[in-house]
Amino acid sequence: MVQTPTLASPTVAGKAFVRRQLAASLPPPLATAGILGWLRKNLFGSLSDAILTVVGLAIIVYVVWTVADFAIVRAVTTATTGEACRKPGAGACWPYVTSFWRLFAYGYYPPAEQWRPNVVFALFALLLIPLAIPAAPLKRTNAVLFLIGLPIVAAILLSGGVFGLASVETRLWGGFLVTLIIAVTGIVASFPLGLLLALGRRSNMPAIRFLSVMYIEFWRGVPLITVLFLASNMLPLFLPVGWNVDQLVRALVGVTLFTAAYIAEIIRGGLQAIPRGQYEGAMALGLGYWQMMVLIVLPQAIKIVIPNLVSSFISLFKDTTLVQIVSIYDLLGTIQQSRNDPAWTAPTTSSTGYLVAALIFWTCCFGMSRYSQFIERRLHTGHRR
Amino acid sequence: MGNGQAPRQTGATEKRHWSTDPFIRSMAFQILTIVVMLALAWTIVVDTAANMARQHVAVGISFLWESTGFDLAQSLIDYSSASSIGRALFIGFLNTVLVAVLGIIFATLIGLTVGVARLSSNWLISRLATAYVEIIRNIPLLLQLFLWYFAVLGVLPDPKNSIQPIPGWVFLNRRGLVFPEVLVGSPTKTALYIAFAVAIAAAFIIRSWARRRQAATGKLFPTVKIGFLLIVGLPLLAFLGLGADLTLNAPRHSTFNISGGTTVNPELMAMLAGLTFYTASFIAETVRGGILAVSHGQVEAAKALGLSGGQTLNLVVLPQALRVIIPPLTNQYLNLTKNSSLAVAIGYPDLVYVGEVVFSKLGHTMEVIALWMVIYLGTSLITSVFMNWYNRRVAIVER
Repeated sequence: MVQTPTLASPTVAGKAFVRRQLAASLPPPLATAGILGWLRKNLFGSLSDAILTVVGLAIIVYVVWTVADFAIVRAVTTATTGEACRKPGAGACWPYVTSFWRLFAYGYYPPAEQWRPNVVFALFALLLIPLAIPAAPLKRTNAVLFLIGLPIVAAILLSGGVFGLASVETRLWGGFLVTLIIAVTGIVASFPLGLLLALGRRSNMPAIRFLSVMYIEFWRGVPLITVLFLASNMLPLFLPVGWNVDQLVRALVGVTLFTAAYIAEIIRGGLQAIPRGQYEGAMALGLGYWQMMVLIVLPQAIKIVIPNLVSSFISLFKDTTLVQIVSIYDLLGTIQQSRNDPAWTAPTTSSTGYLVAALIFWTCCFGMSRYSQFIERRLHTGHRR
Repeated sequence: MGNGQAPRQTGATEKRHWSTDPFIRSMAFQILTIVVMLALAWTIVVDTAANMARQHVAVGISFLWESTGFDLAQSLIDYSSASSIGRALFIGFLNTVLVAVLGIIFATLIGLTVGVARLSSNWLISRLATAYVEIIRNIPLLLQLFLWYFAVLGVLPDPKNSIQPIPGWVFLNRRGLVFPEVLVGSPTKTALYIAFAVAIAAAFIIRSWARRRQAATGKLFPTVKIGFLLIVGLPLLAFLGLGADLTLNAPRHSTFNISGGTTVNPELMAMLAGLTFYTASFIAETVRGGILAVSHGQVEAAKALGLSGGQTLNLVVLPQALRVIIPPLTNQYLNLTKNSSLAVAIGYPDLVYVGEVVFSKLGHTMEVIALWMVIYLGTSLITSVFMNWYNRRVAIVER
């Protein structure tokens, strides 16, 4: 039994030591604090953990080095012909990209008229950026301009033939321009159809419900490639004799019909998430079906599914690459066309082109997915418990 | 506009005018829609018939029995250019099934690994898995296929300078991957099939016995390990018992070419690599979501009961996570199958590629496109019917 020594106690008087100040605290053990502790906790917690870390590190070093070696260290940066790129051991052939960048951006759009796609790109950015920033004012006007005004202006400006603009056939359009046109038209044009289909699928009228289900399940069950073949080969046959449809328009019709089915399912998800009380409340107020939907249900339903709509837009954006199979040359299509150009043939030409396309697509898609996460967090207010 | 949201009011004191009766409105609207749809369909049929008559195209399925006149790079059953178009399309279908089944197996394995790795407590591994998912799923699949086919496999050496991972046995070159053909004597083959079937049956019997025993006594039985041993071991025993009747037909390396052995075409390799890595990134997200959906209390309760890490995963987390994972996982499998139609871009002879060759060389576009749609749609519908049945089976039975 330890007796508490006191100063007054005669037995310990003179021998007792009592600390008058607190001792300085010892530093925490090295193994749990600081960089070493972090390393031990997160990377070398056990033997298997350590092995995994080393293997992971090896993979990272290998991949990063392979890409950097190809794209920077061994890369050919200045050359006027493919000769330098054909040397054994040469890496990425960047002069190939600089000499073809116009093709990648505009396709075969006449160089003298390329200001027109540039104006469209600029308008697109100018209208999209304030639309994407939640704090920017005039959302409604902005949305109307972007969704209705821009497509009309872009169509007139790009195809020309009016207001003294030279006419440019769509088969000359290409590159990133076409990628953007198909993706934006696909989502904008399919939205109203998808909305109607979603309402149809939730309708109480059996005939309407049946037709909507048939439509949605059909388009969701077939691959986009077969839809593009259908649109490009069969659409002219379905129309009255003598009607001719532009190749790009055929693809746009195919993409729109296809995307509408996916949009319909996304919106249906939003409609199902709205509590029944909202419908009942609207009906109790004496609102009709369309008033109820437009004023009460849809604003809430669409707000919930914005992230899903963005991811559907991302997959549409990636799927635009498929149109080259029906001879429309988007960004990837123009790379496919130019990579075997005799002047630039080299073992690394294809890899360089694909690297550029991959970077562009990745930046766009990753940016959109980040944006959708941001919106999701913003819209989550009030529902979090 | 009435869609019948409001119940029909019968016996109301004030008689409604017929034009505002929801029932009448709903019927009128439906009839109108059906009439418009029928009119549209009729117009399309009439226009198509007129267009086809003008181009002198006859529609029918008799072309399926005509001979094709073209060769195919890969066929799982006998085929020559004298074979019928129907047979060529069937071979395309088999190739689609081949790439889809192999792709699903590999994508599931990689996706599962990456999905679990994203939740790893090892900082580096979880970041690595995240990077994999974020990079791969944001690059179009077609671009990845091109990258594999033209930029990776396309710049391999020619057959003369093949890369030999196992010298003299395995060759990798521009024409594909060549490895020894395995020849098994026909009695041994039969024995192997029988042993395999018996092993699977035995594994099922053991499983049901182990379940009953566990229900009665609470004792666990290593069903998975024993089942695995049976399925691998029994055919192996049969094989060794019949005198290990197996010959390896190694590829022969001549000056310009490689003969013999089994060849995997670069098209198939590129398709498999592209589909597998792309779909795996989506499967990884599905798996991660499913595991996160199991509430943490479940894991804590399992630990409190004294279950080991493996037991917690196998008996508590996975069975609950699978309920969440399986529906989106099936969707990914269907996507992979549909995405295998991109084969047409790199010349892997799948259903779409063969069909495209048929209608660009021999015509019959409409019939071929209809056939594609019927086959893909059929696959999707059969899968979703099966999945609905499965979902009902595993759904939590609530009180």
